[in-house]
Amino acid sequence: MEAKTVTPQDYRSQSKKLDRKKFWNDPILIAMIVIMVFFLTLFIVYPLVMLLSEALRSSDGHFTLDTIKETLNYVTFKTAFFNTLKLGLIVGVTSTVVGMLFAYIDVYVKTKTKILAGLFNVVATMPVVSPPFVLSLSLIMLFGRTGFITKSLFGLRTSGIYGLTGLIIVQTLTFFPVCYLTFKGLLKNIDPSIEEAARDIGASRMKVFTSVTLPLMLPGIGNAFLVTFIESIADFANPMIIGGNYDTLATSIYLQITGSLNKNIASAMALFLLLLTMALFLLQKYWLERKATATLTGKAARGRILIEDKGVRIPLSILAGAVSIFVIGLYVLIPIGSLFNLWGYDYSLTFKWYEYTFASGGAKQYTDSITLALISAPITSLMSMLIAWMVVKKKFALKGYIELVSMMAMAVPGIVLGIAYIRGFVTGVFHVAELFPRGQAPFWTLQGLYGTGALVVLVFIVRSLPVGTRNGIAALRQIDKSIEEAATDLGANSGKVFTSITLPLIKDSFISGLITSFVRSITAISAVILLVNPRVNLITYQISESANKGYYGAACAAATILILIVYAAILLLQIFTKYFGTSRYIKREE
Amino acid sequence: METKKKKGIVLDHISKIYQDPKTKKEFYAVNDVSLNIEPGEFVTLLGPSGCGKTTTLRMIAGFESPDIGEIYLGEEKINEKTPDKRDTAMMFQNYALFPHMNVFDNVAYGLKLRGFKKDEIREKVFAILDLVELKGMENRMTNQLSGGQQQRVALARALVVQPSVLLFDEPLSNLDANLRVQMRTEIRRIQQEVGSTAVYVTHDQSEAMSISDKIVVMNKGVIAQMGTPTEIYYRPASEFVASFIGEANYLRGTLISLDGENGVIEVLGRQIEAFCHQDKNPGDDAALMLRPESVTLGDEGALPARVVLSCFMGAYQNYHVMVGDNLIKITDYNPKGKKIYAVGDQAWLRFNPSDGTIL
Repeated sequence: MEAKTVTPQDYRSQSKKLDRKKFWNDPILIAMIVIMVFFLTLFIVYPLVMLLSEALRSSDGHFTLDTIKETLNYVTFKTAFFNTLKLGLIVGVTSTVVGMLFAYIDVYVKTKTKILAGLFNVVATMPVVSPPFVLSLSLIMLFGRTGFITKSLFGLRTSGIYGLTGLIIVQTLTFFPVCYLTFKGLLKNIDPSIEEAARDIGASRMKVFTSVTLPLMLPGIGNAFLVTFIESIADFANPMIIGGNYDTLATSIYLQITGSLNKNIASAMALFLLLLTMALFLLQKYWLERKATATLTGKAARGRILIEDKGVRIPLSILAGAVSIFVIGLYVLIPIGSLFNLWGYDYSLTFKWYEYTFASGGAKQYTDSITLALISAPITSLMSMLIAWMVVKKKFALKGYIELVSMMAMAVPGIVLGIAYIRGFVTGVFHVAELFPRGQAPFWTLQGLYGTGALVVLVFIVRSLPVGTRNGIAALRQIDKSIEEAATDLGANSGKVFTSITLPLIKDSFISGLITSFVRSITAISAVILLVNPRVNLITYQISESANKGYYGAACAAATILILIVYAAILLLQIFTKYFGTSRYIKREE
Repeated sequence: METKKKKGIVLDHISKIYQDPKTKKEFYAVNDVSLNIEPGEFVTLLGPSGCGKTTTLRMIAGFESPDIGEIYLGEEKINEKTPDKRDTAMMFQNYALFPHMNVFDNVAYGLKLRGFKKDEIREKVFAILDLVELKGMENRMTNQLSGGQQQRVALARALVVQPSVLLFDEPLSNLDANLRVQMRTEIRRIQQEVGSTAVYVTHDQSEAMSISDKIVVMNKGVIAQMGTPTEIYYRPASEFVASFIGEANYLRGTLISLDGENGVIEVLGRQIEAFCHQDKNPGDDAALMLRPESVTLGDEGALPARVVLSCFMGAYQNYHVMVGDNLIKITDYNPKGKKIYAVGDQAWLRFNPSDGTIL
């Protein structure tokens, strides 16, 4: 078609007007948009804006930079800020390197047995199903003051594991599997003939890796590094348990709040942490992600000739195998640890810690955690599918806003969200409840929300929404638009199309979103630790409390039960998708 | 099956403007298209890819909004209506069957939306499956069907709601050649049986010829010609139409005179009288368009020709000959018993001037 310049410019106004009219004739879509915008604004944007306003407001309500200045000069903040950055950088590098090693062995090296692949698989899935801080717990039980290896085997009373060293080990072992999975995908997409061409010209295997493979993966490596960096600086539970005196921003914020120190400074610190993660997130999302997909396109044309050279194979296999076994050992230590009388002193077998976890809080912590996670899971999954659908298949003015906010939520550290919720809802929306006599604030101020399970559910939803939305978007991109057009053409309105066509077609994604959000919610701690109160108790909170008090048996027992619950949920997912899933009959279109 | 109503479609000076995503330049995807489609008529939009035919179809369905102009369904303006509110049903290029439903549910989908009772739905679905010869397939999932069967499910799904207008977006392009011929006959048969107005988009000229009451040839967003298949084939309005539909030979020369539809063209010193569209003036450069099967070779005739290719194809003898500077392709059917010319032979071009058109 030949390009023909149109004059006057606004000839397209009629189609715009008609598209607008058609849009307004679609009340269901409008309702969905209104609900989503309302939800995202009130429960993500608003609390964060409140955080910003607290940090910029004096006690009598005027705009001031005093709090910011005060925070910047605050020694605790400065130390925490640099600690956080240092930790993030180190863990970003170590996770990337370990992840790369695993991926390289997996894709390039011919292993004699399937054992290594099996180990890799377990290592990759464990962080997903376990609470975020179990590795800290295990590491302390092995190398801590009353550690099995340090105290019981060598009789050392050392606290060397607490602090930066322990944090680096724990965070690396927790976060590297994500890097491994990313790199594995990337390496598989490199056409082997490119590397073979380099070898053919005379490059050594090392030279090929450094001059061909590595440069091809550079954007992907940058991506994985930044993701881990964000994870590390947003991490709260590990620094809390194993950090010792090494304070990070996340733990400092928590201590500011719970220690009843300066709340405005806590807000300002949270704001800095948020800006940090946000900047890294935007860098990763809009710069590196694009680059990563630009350099590596398409699938490898044929199989790769695997490295059989013993000089390469054996040392790499042993190294990766040892790391895997160590990681798995740390996880296995959790149920083992729950069975001993007093870790570090009395290694006689007992079930008393299981009785203890039920005796102290009754079963309330379990029922609360399960109930709240069960409530939030279907809401999260449905919402994320709806958002994904609107983002992929619909055109409307606020689409960019909905997409951006639901994705940005991924970059909000849990502790920041927690403090933002406190600032945003304790005295009602925009503090309006302060205008009413104590305890008489009407419902619409939403003051009643604070301290209830409902608020915890909202936090769970916000925390899991981005992951679900991302998966939903990926699933929807696979579905040809003409299928939905056919339904519309036959007379289905937007709501009908979504419920009768779209949702059934992305049922797999919906079900997995259900489980993912359940798992994420029940293992969450950083976002909800500030919202726990006598009315709402959570397992993760109990585990970290027990660990901090040195009741390792109790912590292990509760963590074991938690992992069992999560496993049961995942098992359920597999059964569910097998019998009700869609993958059986959907022919994915390229 | 009887139709509840027949409605025609009117496109009143329709234009659609798109922006090129790279150059940011705006261009007409559809440029000032006016069409009057009678109730029950089968009209094909034919043209090369990017000619605006699919955009036109999608504007009738409501998926795109026209920038200029108005679309009428029967008496009613439908510009502001969403696709689900329009009484049209479309068959998509890739069928767009619902992969999570079986054949019955696919076909019943539109009926359920229209609130029919269960037994009514059963009755209608079975009747239509009978019509498209898919009886007994109700419980199959769509991926258990062959391409042709899927295509018929898509047809049944569109037909069962008895739309005033059936829209076809290159529905046969994914089928193999034999099946394509079979299905186009069936689409035509069924459309005539149910009596819906049909708008059919294709780039395949033989499909357009065999199926349509009227063909609309489009090029670069504008209508190049509109007419019955015979008119389009023998009386093309331009060299674009002539070459797009079938094969065309051109004997180039000058128009000498034009009287009504009778033109006289001078080619290589010979004056030939033939049909001519009235958009030319005497003295203009012109060409006499002749179809390959309208021309033969003989030992005497209108114009001298030199054979440059001679090839026996079974059903016909294929010649390429030079007449002056003009390369003329000839398909001479039933060659047995005729004189066969060899490469390098001198011969004479023979044709009936009334078979040609001066362009």
